[in-house]
Amino acid sequence: MRGVTKVFGDVVANDAIDLVVRPGDVVGLLGENGAGKTTLMNVLFGVYQADAGEILLNGEPVRIRNSADALDRGIGMVHQHFHLAPRLSVLENLLVGLPGRAGMLDRRRALARLDEIRRDFGLWLDPQQMVLGLSIGEQQRLEIIKALYRGARLLILDEPTAVLTPTEAEGLFTAMRAMSKQGFGIVFISHKLAEVRAAATRCVILRHGKVTGAIERPAQASNRDIARLMCGRDIAPAERTPVSVGDPLLELKRVSTRAHGGAGLRDVSLTVRGGEIVGVAGVSGNGQRALADLLSGMLAATDGEIRLAGSPMRRAAPREAQRLGLGRIPEDRMKTGLVTALTVADNMILPRLCEAPFSRRGWLDKKAIRAFAEERILAFDIRCPGPEARTAMLSGGNLQKILLARELAHDPLVLLAAQPTRGLDIGATRFVHDRFLEMRGRGRGILLISEDLEELMALSDRIAVMYEGRIAGEMATSEATVERLGLLMVGASAETSERRA
Amino acid sequence: MGFRLEPRTSTPAWLNAALSLGAIAAALILCAGLIALSGTDVLAAYGIMFDSAFGNVYALSETLVKATPLVFTGLAVAVAFRAKFWNIGAEGQLLAGALLGCWVGGFANVPGPLAIVLMLIAGAIGGAAVALVPALLRVRLKVDDVVSSLLINSIVYYAMMALIEGPWKDPMSGYPNSPPIQDAADFPILMEGTRLHLGVVFAALAAPLVWILIRRTTLGFAINAVGENAEASAYGGIRVNRVLLTAAAISGGLAGLAGICEVGGIHYQVMGEISTGYGYTGIVIAMLARLNPLGVIPAAVFFAAVMTGAEAMSRATGVPVFLAQVIQATALITMLVALLFTAYRIRRTGGPAGVGAH
Repeated sequence: MRGVTKVFGDVVANDAIDLVVRPGDVVGLLGENGAGKTTLMNVLFGVYQADAGEILLNGEPVRIRNSADALDRGIGMVHQHFHLAPRLSVLENLLVGLPGRAGMLDRRRALARLDEIRRDFGLWLDPQQMVLGLSIGEQQRLEIIKALYRGARLLILDEPTAVLTPTEAEGLFTAMRAMSKQGFGIVFISHKLAEVRAAATRCVILRHGKVTGAIERPAQASNRDIARLMCGRDIAPAERTPVSVGDPLLELKRVSTRAHGGAGLRDVSLTVRGGEIVGVAGVSGNGQRALADLLSGMLAATDGEIRLAGSPMRRAAPREAQRLGLGRIPEDRMKTGLVTALTVADNMILPRLCEAPFSRRGWLDKKAIRAFAEERILAFDIRCPGPEARTAMLSGGNLQKILLARELAHDPLVLLAAQPTRGLDIGATRFVHDRFLEMRGRGRGILLISEDLEELMALSDRIAVMYEGRIAGEMATSEATVERLGLLMVGASAETSERRA
Repeated sequence: MGFRLEPRTSTPAWLNAALSLGAIAAALILCAGLIALSGTDVLAAYGIMFDSAFGNVYALSETLVKATPLVFTGLAVAVAFRAKFWNIGAEGQLLAGALLGCWVGGFANVPGPLAIVLMLIAGAIGGAAVALVPALLRVRLKVDDVVSSLLINSIVYYAMMALIEGPWKDPMSGYPNSPPIQDAADFPILMEGTRLHLGVVFAALAAPLVWILIRRTTLGFAINAVGENAEASAYGGIRVNRVLLTAAAISGGLAGLAGICEVGGIHYQVMGEISTGYGYTGIVIAMLARLNPLGVIPAAVFFAAVMTGAEAMSRATGVPVFLAQVIQATALITMLVALLFTAYRIRRTGGPAGVGAH
């Protein structure tokens, strides 16, 4: 790609970008949210047309009209959101949109191709399995197989690891290495430094739509150097200072629930004390959803006891959780956290709708709502046109800031945070982490549910690992290693994981 | 060179009004083709239509009288749809309100204002009770509210027919009409020589009151929030089911008031033709008003004007009276197209890639 420029309205998403991918290259495309990574790849894949610049394929200038055209030319892309038909089988999904033979699906040839892909890259799925029953990681694998099946020689992966567990990510990297060895070109978008260092042969860094740096052999570059190129400034990792641990603020005693978005809780006991961040690790679907929704008041316990600062949580209701002093950051901020069609101000007061000063005897006090929202926007540096702005317009980082601003407004005793930095860039992640550490410093407790082990190890005082709804093991972060946590996450007993790690 | 749609970051207030007017203008222009097809001068035909809807005090009063039940059913649907309670049953709720109100008005031998108030309350209760059935079915048993609220219309209609063909049948005339309400319950006529009745004032007051409910109260906030995202509302501590049931009751109550205004202001009794599909038209009006309670008034007046105007036009020029329904339907479609422009703007796209910058 040479001098590729793409403009949306007043925003220059890509500004004269040069990018070269040679056979065998694994290019890590790094940058903050809004740096223009996805736009650039969409130009390459024919989703957008560049306003200026050109694309050369095997030395020939080409014009890629749309994504079908891109596929014909051997360019495949796996988007962040998959494009699969859930009620069709793996095989049928492979064949969707392809010409058959005389109007019939050519199953036999498809199965043969599938075998080749398995042999060459170690990528395999049962062809008869319905997509509905595949895990997110398996669905992603299907998307990659689909691209290979259609003859892609250049593969674009948009944030492939965002949805994967560490084990799954390692499997993906192995397949990427196999492809690279056979002369395939790969571009993968990421904003995680560690994985770019682990998997890329070269990395290109974008900021504000421009290339700010390219690093050959990123494995040898320091995180700090790459981060500086991404953010344009030094961002030191958040620092955890010792804090004296206080009384138990949140206690779960032998709590069980029904299955809920994966495994239900089974006999879970957990304590969060003042001045403590307790991390909960686990492969998604092992009870984290149940734990988060239980504490949020969205799911009832079938057994056991929950106490907040000593008082029992009597009924499963969000208001009960709030009353007891629990702040809540849900996993899905767009779906569960915020009503994005409403204004920023409306979302700021949503959980306190019926409380003074926002309303009195059923009447809203618009002035008080606005004043509160203005103060919060300022305090949390939320980038938005104003309190009356529609929430849907804002970026993921700003949405998360709205939730934080709202939940921390009443100084909760314990904050429940589920995947609080998923999809956020380095700057926004750092902001969230700083708020957590600041709460911890004031003797508040935090229960941090995350699939990002790096995040858990950087922030937590203790880490509990969930497996099939149980706490498979719990340890002080000082004793935790990625290997040990990883083994617990896949169901090894606590003793085995200690011995093997 | 081509065109494409680009999302708008904000919608200016003037645009909303301009687009509504534009949609109506577009509908009239489209329907002009049909009028021309029947060999009539388009401008003359629309002129007659306008004159007979707004041309003199009597015409205007008739248009307002016709608009009155439409304002109530439009408001009823707007409130329900805001909560994403898909109330297709305003028709049945209107009939139930008319029945219960008429029954109360039948023996409410009390001083005038009190009789009217009692009748209004009874009508609202009747409508609300019928609206609560699909709402409860949805909240408790996850029954699809579109289907259930729609089908209940038939149940109420035939229950009403059974009542006025049977026990309520007028013993004097033998017509399938209910007994009349007490004279005290008759809505006063506001202007000599017209049918302009007190219900018109009720309708004019109801729209701003519903607007205040939606914009200024916690209940209105909750209705909007639940409609836009029930899961996030529940997470924020709003009792979603309670809000849905309340919205359903308010919606049904408003539809019931439409029935009462027809009983108290026009017919003074219930008969089979008490509603000519006002409940269904209310859905279109609510959509045309984009669920804005204040927008319901102009939308209802427009529909009423088209109805009265088309009749006169048909008499004068021979254009079939069905044109009224064509105009109404076309207006809804042009409005739906216009809605697109509140969220998007049209941009001309540049040349192909590689040719040059903008």
